[in-house]
Amino acid sequence: MQKVFGDYIEEFPPELDSLEMIFSPTAHSIRKRWSNNRLSAQFIADYCSTFLPVDDDNPDGDRRIKESKGSITYIANELLENAMKFNDRESKFKVKFCIYFIEDIELENGSVTVVLFVTNTVNPQGIDKFQAFLTQLLASDPEELYVTQVEKSLEEDSEASGLGFLTMINDYSAKLGWKFEPLSTEPQIHTVTTMAQLTV
Amino acid sequence: MAIEEIKDKDYTVQYDPESSTVDFIGLLSLGGPKEYAPITDLLNKIADSKPEQMTLNLRKLEFLNSSGISMLSKFVLGLRKKKGIQLVVLGSNEIPWQGKSLKNLQKFLPSLKLEIE
Repeated sequence: MQKVFGDYIEEFPPELDSLEMIFSPTAHSIRKRWSNNRLSAQFIADYCSTFLPVDDDNPDGDRRIKESKGSITYIANELLENAMKFNDRESKFKVKFCIYFIEDIELENGSVTVVLFVTNTVNPQGIDKFQAFLTQLLASDPEELYVTQVEKSLEEDSEASGLGFLTMINDYSAKLGWKFEPLSTEPQIHTVTTMAQLTV
Repeated sequence: MAIEEIKDKDYTVQYDPESSTVDFIGLLSLGGPKEYAPITDLLNKIADSKPEQMTLNLRKLEFLNSSGISMLSKFVLGLRKKKGIQLVVLGSNEIPWQGKSLKNLQKFLPSLKLEIE
């Protein structure tokens, strides 16, 4: 059964500018390709910067491009890291990364909404826990949850979970959404698409 | 004590005991707590030696992923229990992630001195 959490855009008009990338995380060990996540994210950010409507004569233009590239790199890297970490390697599913550009004429100074999303498979045993966390995340005050998660990680000597999502929401004002879809029943495989909307 | 260094292709973390300063340089996007452990261990070792002041200089750290932010947040929160250490964090406005994320560290340790320039 399909399930959607948070802010999720189902379809994009075909005329929008976009970029898609496909990764095969079965090809190398995750460790070997780990820095590729950041390299891909940096490439994506460089690519995106050409879509920003920046006036060359505006002295703030360079700063805006730098800030936007920083935000896109951070978010793309987080999405890719998560997808590579959680993609169920048994499924032989390729991780798909997409980015769309929506120019919103109603926003002042020609802002662009960048929609970044990544699709990976999830281990069937982990789905319930993941969805329970998303429900908690969406119902919470994200600033408070950030502090709670770090406190918990110190007590339990574990990794603070969800900090990638929480920093995207708190520090980059990103809107996040998730869509779970069944891919096959035998074996049971589900995909999750994680979407981040960022105004730059 | 000699200068200690943790280094890889993309980053250097350098500790100078003279000034109790840890310089973070380059791009840090390691996979998780296990990969960050050498850095975490270095920071904890310094804190255990109870210096009056400890400085984390991030002004040349161009990139840090959320696992790295998590590592720093956890360390800063842990300092609450180790009273008597003044933590100073040096950041740069020229590096986009720092302007966005560094202020969060003060939530964990109100006495933290954050100097962003």
